[in-house]
Amino acid sequence: MSQTRSLIDKQGKRTDGRTVGQLREVKISVGVVKNADGSAYIEFGKNKIIVAVYGPREVHPKHMAQPDRCVLRCRYHMSPFSTDTRKNPAPSRREVEISKVMREALEPALMLEDYPRAAIDVYVEVLQADGGSRCAGISAASVALADAGINMRDLVAACAAGKVDDKIVLDINDTEDKEGGADMPVAYMPHLDEVTLLQLDGVLTRDQFNQCFDTAVEGCKMVYEIQKQALMQKYFGNETEVKEEIQ
Amino acid sequence: MSASKRSTIIVEHLRRQQMWDLIAVGKRLQGRTIDEMRPLEVELNVIKKANGSAKVKLGDTEVVAGIKVETGEPFEGLENKGALIISAEVLPIASPHVEPGPPDEDTIELARVVDRGIRESEMIDLDKLVLVPGKVVYTIFVDCSIINTDGNLLDATSYAVVSALLSCKLPIFEIQDGKVVDTGKTRDPPLTTIPVSITQVRIGNAILLDPTAEEEACMDARITITTNSESSYAATQKGYTGSFTIDQIKKAAEIARIKGEQVRAKLQELTNKNG
Repeated sequence: MSQTRSLIDKQGKRTDGRTVGQLREVKISVGVVKNADGSAYIEFGKNKIIVAVYGPREVHPKHMAQPDRCVLRCRYHMSPFSTDTRKNPAPSRREVEISKVMREALEPALMLEDYPRAAIDVYVEVLQADGGSRCAGISAASVALADAGINMRDLVAACAAGKVDDKIVLDINDTEDKEGGADMPVAYMPHLDEVTLLQLDGVLTRDQFNQCFDTAVEGCKMVYEIQKQALMQKYFGNETEVKEEIQ
Repeated sequence: MSASKRSTIIVEHLRRQQMWDLIAVGKRLQGRTIDEMRPLEVELNVIKKANGSAKVKLGDTEVVAGIKVETGEPFEGLENKGALIISAEVLPIASPHVEPGPPDEDTIELARVVDRGIRESEMIDLDKLVLVPGKVVYTIFVDCSIINTDGNLLDATSYAVVSALLSCKLPIFEIQDGKVVDTGKTRDPPLTTIPVSITQVRIGNAILLDPTAEEEACMDARITITTNSESSYAATQKGYTGSFTIDQIKKAAEIARIKGEQVRAKLQELTNKNG
């Protein structure tokens, strides 16, 4: 990716007015799909994503069932109207890959061994896309899984960092993704201190790589706080102070 | 839809235990150490009908990559760049666990991760592959056929693509009277760097380089890191259902640089000798 115009102005402001270390505005609401066992809606900048979790439930087709653990199934899908030019509703190769990395990012957090012979289905529907939709999707999905009451080791928080104008910036948006130098989505379990998703496209030197990775992990920690607040809001109403005991 | 699945290769408990015992002292079932790659063999121009081709063997994993160069319309949004299309197929001949049919998610991931390494490192300068800006550009198809699988398809396929591109002779097309004409002459493609993909897997607390199929059946998590000729990072993909600690990732990134340089030197040596 070669960059053609400057994406950070002299005051250090980015195309959407943020500073280099600033997250887009993130809002999560829990329990938005009535029929689902767990659900969440996330607004991550201009991303609007709804996630529904069904299960643990019987596996269909039955031969997919496993005797010792639960099958996790994940579908990442973009609505045709979610992008600038209409997206064909049939699953693209990109969506197949994202569904896979998403499942692999969520699985380490789940105690799938607690639900043998069952399946958990995670449906991620991108209603409006704005760069970083896989991270927003993962963050919302892990909240939805918690809302479904699935036994979990930790929440999975996800956030990207990237390179714009040769600077490492947190949480790159659509413009920065398309015109900037590099994009690194990371999913992280803050409580266990483990990384469950790491992708990179674009060139980074060794120092930039480490800085970018650390920046993304910091972003994940910010998202983690918002996820916890959202769950507290749903289950404890307005007593949203997150108590240290939860740690 | 992405679903967790059973591993297709069964590794017996005793053998698994043997693998763990060896890993604990830094060794592996085939006698390698955990940071040692299998022997790499590259044969160039194996397909005379292709514009460039390579057969790569990484241990028992075997991949053939072939390049076909055509002209066509540029991609939307990339009007002034040549088109590069990398695909991969695990052939049904490759192992008893492969079934013919549309590509599964592993194969799609394989092709996309290999593509990402080549594309993001800008190995081919696509800006130099334009005939009529916005209308006619070179279209480079790199198709990979996996003919035997024994783990680490990601690296083997990536090396096959890189070797095929290094051996490629680009046909020279010209526009005459508004039509595209093949002049019958060829030239070297505009290459800028040599990306090298290094895949490592975590089994317990150990990180192993270049896993075999058996080791992949026992792995907890996988990470593939591609570096360019300047030893900068160009692409990364974490795979499989486990996780890594932050330290493990930083170490893996360092190993990818060091091993990447060795493999790059080897690929250059092998392609110069045969090319």
